[in-house]
Amino acid sequence: MPKIVVHVMPKPDLLDPQGKAVGAALPRLGFTGISEVRQGKRFELTVDGEVTEKVLAQAREAAETLLSNPVIEDVVAVEVAESGTA
Amino acid sequence: MTARIGIVTFPGTLDDRDAARAVRIAGAEAVALWHGDTDLKGVDAVILPGGFSYGDYLRAGAISRFAKVMGRIVEAAQAGMPVLGICNGFQVLCESHLLPGAMIRNADLKFVCRDQGLTVENTSTAWTSAFEKGQRVSIPIKNQDGQYIADTRTLDEIEAEGRVVFRYADINPNGSARDIAGVCNEVGNVVGLMPHPEHAVEPGFGPDSRDGGRTGTDGLGFFRSVLDTVLARA
Repeated sequence: MPKIVVHVMPKPDLLDPQGKAVGAALPRLGFTGISEVRQGKRFELTVDGEVTEKVLAQAREAAETLLSNPVIEDVVAVEVAESGTA
Repeated sequence: MTARIGIVTFPGTLDDRDAARAVRIAGAEAVALWHGDTDLKGVDAVILPGGFSYGDYLRAGAISRFAKVMGRIVEAAQAGMPVLGICNGFQVLCESHLLPGAMIRNADLKFVCRDQGLTVENTSTAWTSAFEKGQRVSIPIKNQDGQYIADTRTLDEIEAEGRVVFRYADINPNGSARDIAGVCNEVGNVVGLMPHPEHAVEPGFGPDSRDGGRTGTDGLGFFRSVLDTVLARA
């Protein structure tokens, strides 16, 4: 069954305390050369049947209204992925 | 007449009983509202209490916003009904766009639980008329996602309009922008704050005060204020 994948990231100009904490842990584990980490969210929406333009439009609307809060987050991608490859 | 204050319970709400008790101590009738209710049972005001509605899944308050009862509360709030959001309730009001801004994880990523000093900045709201401007109060705070943020333009706007209702005094416990602890909407009937006034209403169970350990009852001012607001309208 096809999937729609939605990526949501904290707005670039806003603080991301979780990403910052992850970034600070990396050198402690010996992972060097990474200057910043920002942590986002990935949603996989499994679709019944075909991914039509209508279904995709609905997913975009869901991404903007429920899956993200426009005050603090951006929807950076809404894309179709076949199951198994998602 | 007795004012009737609705207290909403979502799955995962924790402080509905405390909020109801605070309402009764202040002299009003507490009316239980369920997240699936489609009418507000004729209440004069509504409190969205603290807790972890829907487990804070997705974002704190994000799923509660779409509960059936919230549709009615948004309509009533826009028509002028006093609405108070405490902690998780504040997050729900921000997600509902009744209040500006949003809450993210505390700056130090730690859960904070302490008696918190606040400065009252706006006493013309439905929930703060019993306070004096500049008054220092002590109200318990307990949260993980309590860092209030908004873009600079929004912050400048709410500051200019006097819509910062409370500011953290002495310590900013969660990294909130401009020490903001609570805000209101344009009209002042909708107020949200992270600290918990319902935990500071009864001597013996409140924050420490000058009179002794756990004697603080500064939270009563919220519930007395809304009583005055409601009775003045009747």
